[in-house]
Formats: sequence, structure tokens, C-alpha cells
Amino acid sequence: MSGLAAGIRLAHFDKRVCILERHSTIGGLNSFYRLRGRNYDVGLHAVTNATPKGMKKSPLARLLRQLRMQWDDFALRPQLGSEIAFPGIQLYFDNNIETLRSEVRRAFPKQMDRFDRLVREIAHYDDLDGAHAHVSARRIVHSILTDPLLVQMLFCPLMYYGSAREDDMDWRQFSILFRSIFLEGLARPQAGIRLILKHLVRRFRALGGKLMLRSNVQRFVIDQGRITGVKVEGGKTMEARNVLSSAGLPETMRLCGGTECANPKATGQLSFCEAIAILDVPPKETCFRHTITFFNDSDHFQWRKPKTPCDLTSGVVCSPNNFDYEEPLVDGTMRITSLASYNYWNALDDSTYRLEKLRWYDRILASAIRFVPDFRGHIIDTDMFTPTTITRFTGHENGAVYGIPEKRFDGTTHLKNLFLCGTDQGLVGIIGGLISGITMANRWCLK
Amino acid sequence: MTTTEIRHEVINILADIAPDEDLSDLKDDIAFRDQLELDSMDFLDIVMELRKRHRIQIPEEDYDQLASMASTVTYLEPRMVGLQKQ
Repeated sequence: MSGLAAGIRLAHFDKRVCILERHSTIGGLNSFYRLRGRNYDVGLHAVTNATPKGMKKSPLARLLRQLRMQWDDFALRPQLGSEIAFPGIQLYFDNNIETLRSEVRRAFPKQMDRFDRLVREIAHYDDLDGAHAHVSARRIVHSILTDPLLVQMLFCPLMYYGSAREDDMDWRQFSILFRSIFLEGLARPQAGIRLILKHLVRRFRALGGKLMLRSNVQRFVIDQGRITGVKVEGGKTMEARNVLSSAGLPETMRLCGGTECANPKATGQLSFCEAIAILDVPPKETCFRHTITFFNDSDHFQWRKPKTPCDLTSGVVCSPNNFDYEEPLVDGTMRITSLASYNYWNALDDSTYRLEKLRWYDRILASAIRFVPDFRGHIIDTDMFTPTTITRFTGHENGAVYGIPEKRFDGTTHLKNLFLCGTDQGLVGIIGGLISGITMANRWCLK
Repeated sequence: MTTTEIRHEVINILADIAPDEDLSDLKDDIAFRDQLELDSMDFLDIVMELRKRHRIQIPEEDYDQLASMASTVTYLEPRMVGLQKQ
């Protein structure tokens, strides 16, 4: 995603650009596949930062201008409404912050003024200025809100949709995620993520950019502190004046031949299993009418690498059907995401891995139906991914969905002409990834 | 290029960078920033588009000269006088 956005910017301004993609398809973590005649999305459940057409100052509007694309190219349809569910208490929200405000007033009346103060602080936070960027978000939020349950409930969706750090995130990341989910909103193109990717590729190629699939970068060729070329596995060495890497920081350092990030604490630890169920009816007919339910089965929300194969205490249930489409989707789909342990899944031999997937698929669903209607009688097909699937498709060590905890916001590395873009530069999600590619291309390759 | 043609070209560039803006009412003496919703990334694109389309190099210390249409045309005139309209 970030590579395509950077590529479009550079090709638009007449740079010769080549994108090397190790897989046979594009998108990295946010991609798609076809299985037994059905289309599946992988990666995020929804596009965050979804602002309506005509809003000019939002990240979405900015990136569309930068890529010379139209709002209609992304064809985003808004969510129907989502909820954060803890035992005995729910907060409902949609793409209008007033809905969440009224829910906080209903469930936490004494916190209302404080919640408004939090929203004001976040709305005015300048993430480019970066004040308090590295301060603990928990510390700041606890200094404003005094009900710990409300704090836990607000952190739950934000952690799931973008925190690479266990049990906390920095204030900059919290503000960006809060805005992207609660103040802007969630949406999805009717045709799924493939529509956005298709438009990006078409635009990149129309500008003369070269996209090479199945081209795994083996290593960088380095001479006197600069990259001079890129060695592609089973192929030639390509010369390069500048290199933007979306592979992740530790993975990029490995391509340099170094071990800068060999420290296990510096690598990301948070990974997911996702159970996917195809239903014989639209999910709303099983009474699941929300777009997303974020659940947690106690008052304390834990965001850590689990000691068990999957952490069944919390999760995310999403139906791609429950967006405001003009036409209903062909298949009814439910996706349920849980935190998972990379080490556990990675250590299994093939046959045990297959058995464990079946076993944990059932457990993940059993955990979810404590918070959503039981849809299991309608399942006609299933699929499941684990942390090792994430590593296979993103190359991220430990299946770390959101990369390393300490981001490199300026994108620089120890080499003068090698820069990071994407997850480890510090922006996550589809819109975040695209903005990351744009800003890194502007800053390091166009000025 | 005449001043009218230069103005027209700047409008073309703005229309390309910000297709949602209504440029028909653009006042030449008022800063772009005060009448259009452009951010710093968009301003950089005016410079980049001039370089791409007309091979005009604008050093960073001159970016302030592009604050309004009037100052932009004044700044560009000696640099674009020899160029043919495309």
C-alpha cells in the first residue's frame, strides 16, 4: 500500500520507479484472495479515516489530492454502526461522534465533561508537530477520564486497530487512531480492498511505473554508506538511486546484512488469528446487525502476546456485509480476530498445525458468541489465518501485524538513501499506509 | 507566455492539485491560503508541477513568493516569458 502510494507520487513527477513485490499479488497485509470460488479480504476489517466526499482537510482528502485521484475511486460505503462490548455494558458508535457522545452520557454520565475534554484535546492535537508524541497514552487519558472502565473500553478498539506496543501506546498514535476511528469513521468499498488496490496499480502503471510481482529482494548492495542496487532473488541486481522499503525495520536491516534489530524486545510481538465463516444467509438474518463488535470478557482489557495459542478473553467480530451498500454482497461473511502467540503456531509441524487450526477455530467462535448472536448453524465454508500466515504474506518477524513498537517517524535509516515507509514508519491502516508512502516520497525523493 | 497565459497555467495547476475547489472566483490579491483549503503538501505540489511542466526550478527560499496569484504571476513572469504556451 505505502509502496504504491510512494510510487505514484514519484512516477507522477517523472522519476523512474520500480516496485518489487515478493508475492504474486499486491497489498501486503491489506490484500485479498480467492478460495473455493469466493472472494476474501485480508488485513483490516474496514478502511478507517473515512470522511464524506467534499471534506477537504481530512487525511483521506489530502491523500486523494496528492495521488490525483477522486473520492469516487475508493467508493467507500460507511459502516452501519459498531459496538464495544464489555460484561453488562456496551458503547455503540458510528461515523458521527455525537452517537458515541450520547452513549458515554448514557453509560458514564459523570464522565461526560471529561470525555468532551478528551475529544477536544485529540481534535486539536497536531501529529506533525508531535508534542507529547512519546508520552504514554494511558497516562494522559487517565489524567482526563477518571472511570477506569471507560478508559479500558476506549482503548480496546484502538489497540486492536493499530497498537504495536503491549498494554499501551504513545499519545501520538492514540490521537491518530482515535480520530481515524471515532472522529472520522469506518467504511469499505462494496467490492472490497481489491478495488482500491486495482485503482492504485492502474494509476501507477499509467504514469509509467513498473510493478514486478514475484520479485523477492534478497539483499541490498551497499557501497560507502549508500545503497547502489537491489539484488532480486533468482534474478539480476537492479541499480537504484534511492530505496524506500515497506518491509519493516528489522526486515529491512536484514536486507542490509546487519543485525541492528536482533534485540527481541525491539521487534513486534503482537499477532492475530482470524477465523472466517461464510454463512448461508446475510449476517443480519442471524441478528448480527453491527459492522464490528469489539469485545472483552472482563473489566480489564489486556493487550499482550498471550501465553496460550490464542487469547480468548477479547476479540473483534466483523461482518463485511454490514456496510451501507447499494446492493447486498453475494456471501454472508463473519470475521473473528483474536490475539495469538506466534511462537506457539510457528513451532507446530504441518499436521498438528492443521489440527490446531480446526480446534482453535471452534474456540474462537465459541468465545465470540458470548457477545454476538450464535451464527454457527449457518456456516457453509470456513477459513482461518494464524500468525505464521501473517509472516508468510508480510515478511514481518513474529507475525507482528503492526510492526515494531518504536516507530521511525522520519523514515531515515543508517544509510543515506534508504528510507522506511509503511507500518514501521509509524502509520497503520489503509489510509495511514498510503499517507506514509506519500510523505516519505515527498520528503526524501522529491524535494 | 503572457501574464494572462501564466495566470491561466497556475489555475490549471491548482485545478489539478485540488479538483474540488471552485477557482472561478479566485481573487488575485488575496493569499491562496485564505481562500482555498490547501495545506503545505499542496503548496509543495505547485512548485513540483511548475518544475514538471515548465522545467522551472524554484528554490525553497522563494516559496513565499507563491503566496497569492498576483505574487505568483509576478514571480513567474521573467522566468516564463520565453516559454511557449503548451
